[in-house]
Amino acid sequence: MNINVCNKKYTIEQKVNNILQALDFIKTKLDRSLAYRSGCKSGVCGSCAIRVNGVERLACKTDIKDGDTIEPLKNSMIIKDLVVDIEQREEILKKVDPSIKTKSDLEISAKDEKKIDKETNCILCGSCYSACAVFEVNKEFIGPFALVKSYRYIEDKKESEILSKIDAIQDKGVWDCTLCGGCDMVCPAHIPIKNNIMQLQNKSVMLGYNNPNMANYGSGFDTTVDFGFNPNQF
Amino acid sequence: MIDLLIIGSGGAALSAALSATQNGKSVVVLSKTYPTASQTSQAQGGINGVIGSDDTVQNHISDTIRSAHGLGDQKSIEFMCKNGSDTIAWLDDMGVAFSRDQDNNIAQRKLGGATNARACYSSDYTGLKILHTLYDRALKENIKFLNEKIALNIIVEDETAVGLTYLDIKNSEVKTIKAKNIVIATGGYSGIYHNYTTNSTATTGDGVALALKAGCKLANMEYIQFHPTSIKGTGVLVSESARAEGGYLVTKNGDRFIDELKPRDEVARAIYQKIQDGQSVYLDLRHLGYEKIKEAMPQEYELVLQFASKYLDKDLIEIEPAAHYTMGGIKTDMAGQTNIKNLYAVGEVASNGVHGANRLGGNSLLEIITFGKYIGDIATYSTNNITNIDTLLEIAKIKEEENIKKLFHSSIKLDFYEKRDNLGETFFKNVGLFRDEKKLNIALKHIEQLQDDIQYMGVEDKSAIYNTNLKEFIEFKNMLEISKSIILSALYRKESRGAHYRVDFQDEKENYSFDTVSYKIDDDIKIENQN
Repeated sequence: MNINVCNKKYTIEQKVNNILQALDFIKTKLDRSLAYRSGCKSGVCGSCAIRVNGVERLACKTDIKDGDTIEPLKNSMIIKDLVVDIEQREEILKKVDPSIKTKSDLEISAKDEKKIDKETNCILCGSCYSACAVFEVNKEFIGPFALVKSYRYIEDKKESEILSKIDAIQDKGVWDCTLCGGCDMVCPAHIPIKNNIMQLQNKSVMLGYNNPNMANYGSGFDTTVDFGFNPNQF
Repeated sequence: MIDLLIIGSGGAALSAALSATQNGKSVVVLSKTYPTASQTSQAQGGINGVIGSDDTVQNHISDTIRSAHGLGDQKSIEFMCKNGSDTIAWLDDMGVAFSRDQDNNIAQRKLGGATNARACYSSDYTGLKILHTLYDRALKENIKFLNEKIALNIIVEDETAVGLTYLDIKNSEVKTIKAKNIVIATGGYSGIYHNYTTNSTATTGDGVALALKAGCKLANMEYIQFHPTSIKGTGVLVSESARAEGGYLVTKNGDRFIDELKPRDEVARAIYQKIQDGQSVYLDLRHLGYEKIKEAMPQEYELVLQFASKYLDKDLIEIEPAAHYTMGGIKTDMAGQTNIKNLYAVGEVASNGVHGANRLGGNSLLEIITFGKYIGDIATYSTNNITNIDTLLEIAKIKEEENIKKLFHSSIKLDFYEKRDNLGETFFKNVGLFRDEKKLNIALKHIEQLQDDIQYMGVEDKSAIYNTNLKEFIEFKNMLEISKSIILSALYRKESRGAHYRVDFQDEKENYSFDTVSYKIDDDIKIENQN
């Protein structure tokens, strides 16, 4: 079986079940210099996210086929081969204040817990940032996994102070997302990210925030605005 | 100088970091991975804690002592069990999404060896959710992380730890850091059973090797827990929650052959015996139904589908035991203190007596959080009076730089990746579920040969940037460093007790109820017993 890793062709002569096993084969038998991250080999540590034929996948949970093309995640600086710089994730997460600020005394039911079940399964693999069309052009965008994190604490009944968390996701946050759903398609934890962001938008409106894009759009009807150049002297 | 340097970034490390920070101490967390990639993420089944009215702390203590087979430390066990409900409350308040029962209480399941339903859980993603919640809180507290740095040597002066040399994986530079106190929280050493373990590839016993080289004593290194149910041929775990929820272990013709909720050592041996007799063993959950499986074990459902191409609700799943958890480690007291001043160890890397000869399911998450938190509270009080730390660190740094340089320039005659495969196979076959003097001596000879041969192995990738060939060679050397302690401890214990089973000495002997202590003298390992 032949596969292409970072523009290099390798022949895998041993039976392997998934991409990670193929990378391990290359590393230990063919090319000692190949760099990639891995860990749990069972889909929970988030280390081995890469792109297979252009689509973000976990190497350990992706079956291999002849001719596969393996590349690093997009939208991050490549350190070497399949290893991208993920150091900035810490700062991205800090933007959304990812922790319970004031603990409420409300009782938590199974239904309450289920509400954030999927979101608390995020493994921070970074696939969603790689697939994000907005992040691709605007690196200031808070982005998918941080917004999931925000959702997870805002919807957590244990948190009684959500206003500051909602405030933190207004600028370059929920309204910058185009709701294209690209992140949903690649999330290995099956988190409904687009839906989470839509709900965060709704919550923002309920708490008195406006969609700034709509506000700008509306300003065109404001007759007091000076449009500057006016060739017909109206 | 920082108050506390924590090596490792899993559940124990983050709990220690949080409690130390809350006490106003300055903390740095240094780790060869990113925190959320730690082994803690793989803990599925649950975390023990007595929170309901049907159970008592005394029951939990008794279950743990029984499972420890006379090797546990009563004080440590009592401390852990008494703190169970506080630990659960600490995590729950922090935001860990524990599953709830119909009365809105935290749901609990009964794991093997327990007399009550005592393991709190978040479906079967318990460790993952705990780890990420701790990480979130650490971000809130602005704890400083040094990611992708692998520890090389702890600098010790006058029997006191003063700092650390480490390699920055991103650029292969050797760096140093000094600290008033150092906590090792790097996890266990099941990675030695390469290709025969459920653990992450990162679980290479780095912290135990660091401690051994620094002059620490190790305890009960022969005690390795084999998990009964790893998906055959994959090293992927199906958690004990599968049996806790009512799953059966059966042979090909559907016969059950053991009480599935017996302690792990007994279940694993019964399975391995069948396999050695030429039979296949399967996990059977079909009678539980799709709804129950998807509700209680969504991760396992997915893992089985992915790695065995089977449906947990429709198919039999072929399983085998695999190395899963190491009870042995750096010898510490209840407060994590090693025999070196200002050097602590906590979590799976440590052996503080809470597990003894066999760990109960649900006690490892409880251990890492409870003792991590405790050590973060107490470790930051002591300081050292050593004045020439900068010089010591500079000398150590130059020495390490020379070592790394040598690795880059040495000619390579033997392939350490092949030797790593051999090491895993030798350990699983000879230092596995059934041991005897002959097998252990085969393993010993193998290790001694590898130690002689290491000079002919090295790093083929000569680049400085993100050189995983170099990182993996350091990890291999760490595994080799501690391998002899495991085998010599297993040879020394001429009895069967808990997870250590000697075919040539099948009974538990009263005069062996001691800790097997190993340490380094010159270049050799010395073994002694300690009550």
